[in-house]
Amino acid sequence: MRALLARELTLALRAGGGAAQGLVFFLIVVLLIPFGMGPEPEALSRVAPGTLWIAALLSCLMTLDRLFQTDFEDGSLDALALSPLPLEAITAIKALAHWLTTGLPLTIIAPLLALTLNLPSAAYPWLIASLAIGTPALSFLGAIGAALTLGLRRGGLLIGVLTLPLYIPTLIFGARTVTAAAEAQAPLPALALTAALTLAILALSPFATAAILRIQIR
Amino acid sequence: MSLWRYANPVEFMRLSGRILPVVTVLCAVCLATGLIWGFFFTPDDYQQGSTVKIIYLHVPSALMAINAWIMMLVASLIWFIRRHHVSALAARAAAPVGAVFTLVALLTGAIWGQPMWGTFWAWDPRLTSFLILFVFYLGYMALWEAVEDPEKVADLTAALCMVGSVFALLSRYAVLFWNQGLHQGASLSLDAEENVADVFYQPLLFCIAGFVLLFIALVLLRTRTEIRLRRLQALETRATPLAERAIG
Repeated sequence: MRALLARELTLALRAGGGAAQGLVFFLIVVLLIPFGMGPEPEALSRVAPGTLWIAALLSCLMTLDRLFQTDFEDGSLDALALSPLPLEAITAIKALAHWLTTGLPLTIIAPLLALTLNLPSAAYPWLIASLAIGTPALSFLGAIGAALTLGLRRGGLLIGVLTLPLYIPTLIFGARTVTAAAEAQAPLPALALTAALTLAILALSPFATAAILRIQIR
Repeated sequence: MSLWRYANPVEFMRLSGRILPVVTVLCAVCLATGLIWGFFFTPDDYQQGSTVKIIYLHVPSALMAINAWIMMLVASLIWFIRRHHVSALAARAAAPVGAVFTLVALLTGAIWGQPMWGTFWAWDPRLTSFLILFVFYLGYMALWEAVEDPEKVADLTAALCMVGSVFALLSRYAVLFWNQGLHQGASLSLDAEENVADVFYQPLLFCIAGFVLLFIALVLLRTRTEIRLRRLQALETRATPLAERAIG
């Protein structure tokens, strides 16, 4: 298991800088918001939580197509499926590696970008907490979408159409946590719901992903 | 003799061919009765005026939008468990019908909302979850179009339908957390005190029956088309090498 995780991380970090691209994409989406919204600090601080969360969703989505595609093309997915490790564990490790290379770095640089969007200072710990807790769910749900669109010629657009609706509950609770903190309300209930949702997704989604992968490589 | 007999495409074609005309006629009668009664022979509401009458399209289509998804879920489960192709094709046939019902519910709601709420659209939990449902329908149909292998695509869409059901339901309750509602409570429920007034209620029942029958008729028709399409493809693949052999 550890070997697989190490392999996934090495591949993600070396092959064409896929992980770095996700971060750059995150930065660019946040950069675009002031151009669309206008540079007034009050307006920006109001949309900051939503902007950061939606940028996180999108940059997570952009890196998803690599999750199984290359392994599917060169046959290593078949080899992995035949290994003694259950396919559920393999998909979970792959999703975890995806989170470590996109969700985690994104959580770390999010406060810096929040600074440019004039997020109220009370909201920073909650921003980091909600992203740290919520983004693993994005990677694990994304694995379902990536598995569904495996081997398709025009999978890139379809993966967004299939995956983004699944992100809605996480987005609602995650962004609500930060907004509540920014507006001096209690952010804990929303954070608790984010955590509950993430835990349920971490526990259940590998089974769905593995079932779909079995259909794909049958 | 059991229900599963009709999972055989030949049996299904025979039975559906026999009930389709009956269902169609009944649907036309119910819809005509309900709509004419509702539009011309019920009084205007004392507050809403004649705009209240859009209820005869709005409520049944909203009801069927959700039921169509539930039917797709059941059909997907049957496909997953018993692998009857008719079931998978019925789920495929139901999706565009359900999507159109969702759209009708959204549009009639918007038309009613403009004079009543003063806006075509509000980010109200009910409206929002319907929009989410619509997006799920679109994704489901897009996946059917994207994969070519008939067995694989049926499996994948069934899986999507199951995952989508969980998340559509989850979103339904998540949006309650996010915004408070503008939409009124249920028009119909088993709790009689909540129901709309009797004058509107009786034609509404006809309309609902009409929409249920319309859904059944359309799904039967589309499933029959899908089965015929499948047969045609089978014939074509069987015929092509023969033709080539004849030329050679």
